[in-house]
Formats: sequence, C-alpha cells, structure tokens
Amino acid sequence: MSVITLTINGELVSARSGQSLLEAIRDQGISLPTLCYLDGLSTRGGCRLCLVEISGQARLQPACTTTAGEGMVVVTHNDKINRYRKMILELTFAERNHTCAVCVSNEHCELQTLAAELGMDHVRYDYLNPQLGIDISHEKYGVDHNRCILCLRCVRVCDEVEGAHTWDVRHRGIASRVITDLNRPWGESESCTECGKCVEVCPTGALFDKGMSVGEMKKKTNFLRRILDGREKNQWNR
Amino acid sequence: MAETVKKIRLATVWLGGCSGCHMSLLDLDEALIDLLTRADLVYGPLVDAKKYPEDVDICLVEGAVTNVENLELARHIRTNTRTVISFGDCAVTGNVTSMRNRIPVSDLLNAVYHEVSAPIGPEALKVLPALLKKVIPLHQAIKVDLFLPGCPPHPERIAAVLQALVNGDDVDLPADMRTFG
Ligand code: SF4
Ligand code: SF4
Ligand code: SF4
Ligand code: FES
Repeated sequence: MSVITLTINGELVSARSGQSLLEAIRDQGISLPTLCYLDGLSTRGGCRLCLVEISGQARLQPACTTTAGEGMVVVTHNDKINRYRKMILELTFAERNHTCAVCVSNEHCELQTLAAELGMDHVRYDYLNPQLGIDISHEKYGVDHNRCILCLRCVRVCDEVEGAHTWDVRHRGIASRVITDLNRPWGESESCTECGKCVEVCPTGALFDKGMSVGEMKKKTNFLRRILDGREKNQWNR
Repeated sequence: MAETVKKIRLATVWLGGCSGCHMSLLDLDEALIDLLTRADLVYGPLVDAKKYPEDVDICLVEGAVTNVENLELARHIRTNTRTVISFGDCAVTGNVTSMRNRIPVSDLLNAVYHEVSAPIGPEALKVLPALLKKVIPLHQAIKVDLFLPGCPPHPERIAAVLQALVNGDDVDLPADMRTFG
C-alpha cells in the first residue's frame, strides 16, 4: 500500500493511495457533511454536500467522488463552501414536502439533523409544494415521494448489495422519481426480495416500514458494513 | 439608591398555528415567573390587550401566514417591534398549516363549509378573513430576526432564547436545539 501526502485545511497529512478525498478528510477527524454517500455503496456525487475547494481547480469538487492525489491542497470549510452547503439544503427542503412534525423519521432523519448542524434555520426559497404520492402497495414497506431527496441509496443498495435491482429512476431533473420494477406499484414487484435493505439505508422518511407512526422509524445503516465484510471473509454461505 | 432596570416589553402572537407553541411557552413553569420579573407581557392570547402596542422589544410569533388578517398583523408587528421571532415550525417553515398549499383555496372552502354538514356552514365565509392562495412562512411576509424551530419548540429552547435576549446576549443554540419537528 503506497502512501500519498496532501494538505487539508493547512495541515500536511498522509492518505492511502487510491483513497477518496472524503475518506482522507474523515480519517483526519474532520466532519464533512454527506447525504448520498454511504460506506459500502458506490459513490455518486449527487447531493453535493461534500463539496470542497481544491487548489488549481476553478470549481468546488465533491470529495466523495474525487480520488485523493499527491500534493493536493484542499479546504473543507470556508464561508463560501458553508454558504453553498446551506443553499443545497434549503433547495432540498423547498423542492418536496417536508413536514418533520408529522414524519415517520422525525428525530431520526439525516436531512433534519444536517439542517440543524449546518445552521440552516429557514428556507429562503419559495416552497414548491409539489403534488406527490405515496405507494403503500407493498406488504411490508412504503415509499413517500414527498420526503425523497433522490440520494439514490435505495437504487444502489438494491442493485449492488441485494442484487435485485428493483429500484430505478424515471424522468430527469426536478421531475425525477424513484420507481420499482419499471414503474409498477412496489407491491406488484416481481424482483423485490423484501429484504428491507433499501428502507434501512434511506436517509429520510421516504422509505419506511408500514405501521410506523410519527418519529417511530429508526434506521441502522451499519448493517451494510457487516454484510459486506462478512462476504469478503466468506462468513456467509449464501 | 436602587437602580431601576427598564423591563423588556414582550409580546406573543398567534397566527396560523394550533396554539401548541403557546402551550410550550406556558410549560416554562417557574422559569416563566423569573422571566416576568425582567419582562412585561404587553400583548398576546395570554393577556387582555385589544391592540398590538407600539415600541415592543421582543415578539414571539406563532403560526404561518395563512390569511389577509395574519398578513396585516404581521406587517403591523414588524413596524412596532425590535426583535421579531419566528416561534415554532409553522412560523419558520409553514409546517402543518401549509399542507393545504397543494389544494386550491376554492376546493378547500367547498370541502369544509359547503359539502359537509358542519356546525358552521357557508355563512362563516362572510366573516372569516380571506385565505391567501398559499400559506407562507413568516419570513416571506416580513423580515424576521430570529428563528426558534420545533413543533412545538421545547420549553428549554424558548427559555434559552428569551434568557439570552433579556440579558442582551447573542442567541447561540446548540445544534440539537435547532432541529425542526
Ligand atoms: S424526511 Fe426528514 S427532513 Fe423530511 S420531513 Fe421527514 S424528518 Fe423532516
Ligand atoms: S426490499 Fe430489498 S429487494 Fe426489495 S426493493 Fe428494497 S432492497 Fe430491493
Ligand atoms: S427513497 Fe430514500 S434512499 Fe431512495 S432516493 Fe429517495 S431518499 Fe434516497
Ligand atoms: S456525499 Fe458527496 S455528493 Fe453526496
């Protein structure tokens, strides 16, 4: 394993060659906000919360999809980056219908927690109040598009870890929706194995176990590491 | 000679909300008594004052702006108040009150006052203030100085904010006291 050296927030640090910038930054104990990133899944660079400044590059770059490079000079927090991160969160809240007080994930939501941590105390943009549906046709789970932030963790875990590829995305941009089995109701899906992995990795109240009431939906994403490590060590038979 | 400290003039207002934020204010319990040695409550649902007074130092505004009356009062508050606080999620985000935003106002009024047999029928519409097309958070109606989130905000949060303001300190809540919901 070769080691590289780079500068993060003015400190000379070392990282493993091939590591992502996000991992290198977090290894230094620096907290960098992320929403679409999840340890164990492929990286996507979708939410843009992990944006950092890299010397010599005109634009901010997402740390999760950037490989740490020898001699890189990186800044993780400054007024401009902090301002952008807040704006990203505000736009996320404005785009769909988030009503934390009546949400299954109230008090256990990654988006809600990040908003408080990053000081997003109000939304300056007009709320779009889109007309979105809920699909509760599945026997065990439901999807509430009002709370979906299009992080696509569900799509990736179902494809990459469960191997079912039930989830996909239809449309583009603001019209994007996560769909099951080429846009059939989830309950009619033939590919879904009912493993519940998508529900567990969803950072918001968008995917939930049926029967959960306000604030009852608690998720544990650390199961993913256990499954993947176990696979690597051949601890599982199937 | 005893020094007389000028008392803070505190107002509270109830716009498009459920009064839960005011209930949470009452849940300050003894802290409320302490607070009222430093502040006079000059207006609000908890006191008998008909008109929003002039020269108010701090106003806690509960609820979103949902009708023309709310809008007028909000503007009046802004003109007469030094520190306006969005008090609770409905004021801060629109929250539950704004869940009607996806329904056209005419459909809404039909459903509530015409289509069902309710104790109060269409005659209510003659006296009720006209609804805005969309419910808006307070900061979209007037400039807001401080945001105090929560549905309702926990009494601890209210106490922390009011104590800081009464002492003339900066309000600096920790992250876990700034969450919505
Ligand atoms: S998903 Fe999270 S941010 Fe959205 S309403 Fe639910 S708790 Fe709030
Ligand atoms: S429950 Fe499992 S198989 Fe079904 S959609 Fe979710 S991740 Fe895919
Ligand atoms: S349903 Fe959940 S996991 Fe899937 S994209 Fe939406 S927020 Fe992300
Ligand atoms: S975590 Fe890097 S873009 Fe989402």
